[in-house]
Amino acid sequence: MTGWAMALFQRDLRLSVRIGGSALVGVLFFLAVVTVIPFGVGPDLNLLARIGPAILWIGALLATLLGLDRLFQADREDGTLDLMMMAGRPLELVILIKCLAHWIATGLPLVVAAPLLAIFLNLDPVSMGAVTLTLLVGTPALTLIGAIGASLTVSLRRGGLLLAVLVIPLAIPVLIFGVSSADAAIHDPVPFLTPFLILCALTLIAAVVGPIASAAALRFSAD
Amino acid sequence: MAFWDYANPTRFLRLVQVVLPWLIGFCVLAFAAGLYMAFFTAPEDYQQGNTVRIMYIHVPAAWLCMMCYTVMSISSIGTLVWKHPLADVSAKSAAPIGAAFTFMALVTGSLWGKPMWGTYWVWDARLTSVLVLLIMYLGLMTLWRTMDDPIKAGKSAAILTLVGALNLPIIKFSVDWWNTLHQPASVVRMDGPTIHPDILWPLLVMAVAFTLLFFVLHLMAMRNEILRRRVRALRMRAASVSRPGTAAATAQPAE
Repeated sequence: MTGWAMALFQRDLRLSVRIGGSALVGVLFFLAVVTVIPFGVGPDLNLLARIGPAILWIGALLATLLGLDRLFQADREDGTLDLMMMAGRPLELVILIKCLAHWIATGLPLVVAAPLLAIFLNLDPVSMGAVTLTLLVGTPALTLIGAIGASLTVSLRRGGLLLAVLVIPLAIPVLIFGVSSADAAIHDPVPFLTPFLILCALTLIAAVVGPIASAAALRFSAD
Repeated sequence: MAFWDYANPTRFLRLVQVVLPWLIGFCVLAFAAGLYMAFFTAPEDYQQGNTVRIMYIHVPAAWLCMMCYTVMSISSIGTLVWKHPLADVSAKSAAPIGAAFTFMALVTGSLWGKPMWGTYWVWDARLTSVLVLLIMYLGLMTLWRTMDDPIKAGKSAAILTLVGALNLPIIKFSVDWWNTLHQPASVVRMDGPTIHPDILWPLLVMAVAFTLLFFVLHLMAMRNEILRRRVRALRMRAASVSRPGTAAATAQPAE
């Protein structure tokens, strides 16, 4: 049971780290988004500190969306996906493991980069920690929700843009609670724990709904 | 059971032929009565004046955009669980109608908002969640258009519809939270005046009229979709006959 899961996890992780350097590209894109925002809203440090958590969250959302089409595409192109589906293992579990590996390769680097980028946005240490913590808890939800979009668009030749359109409405709750718990840590209108726990709950819900829906979509698109 | 009898598209088309004229008739009557009441018998609001009459379009449209998503969700369950051949036709043809009602609710709402709140758009919780609903409708329609095979597209869209149905309450809840966090006392107070019967009756008649309109449009769109699929199947058959050796046209359940 754990043998094949571990093997799949290591394979996915190795592939995504070694081929194309997707982790680095994601972080670079994150940096580019954060760099562009001050050109749009002006270099006022107070303003940047106020909207900093929101900028970091939107940057992380966009960077996650960009990487999502690689979740199943490469495996479908070389036929690995068909083998995985015929292997007799629960497809939901396979997808959960693939999502975990994908998140460690693309999501975790964003979380690690967040404190560094927070310096550019004039965030104080407390809010820096809060944003990083919310990103650590919230970005898995983005990957898991994105898996639904990725499996729906896997058979399309240019599904990347459609994927983003399909996933963004579903990702709104995560964004709202991620930003509001980071805000709550800074100028506490509500206790930090309330939105943070809801964010955790959203991630757990996504960990159930995402693999189930995505497995159903993959089964229907394969036959 | 009637539900299964009408799985046959031909039988369903025959039913549509019988039911549709009656539905259209009732719909026209309801609209005539509703519009007359809305424009002539319903009183002006003492604060809002004549602009309150926008409500008779706006509120039914907003109700209908929720009902349309419900119809699509039920149809999606029909597609995935019972594999009812007309379920994905129903879901597919409901999506543009739902998007149109949502768009109508947004446009009339912002036209009403301009004289009342002084602005076309407020990031109020209700408005925002309806906007998200519109984006979801448009995303679903795009998903249907980008897939060639109508059966596969129907199944994919059904999954997305159900995920959306699961997510819509969460989105609604989180948008409410987000808004109360940012602007506690909102401009929009729907619970302000209790609705007087003089206003309530035209509203209810208009709601019935809009519901009838939805069913008329939905049945017509379903009929068109069935005919469109038949044309597609005939074309594929003709193509495979004229060029033997190519793959035969696959049988479509909805023909």
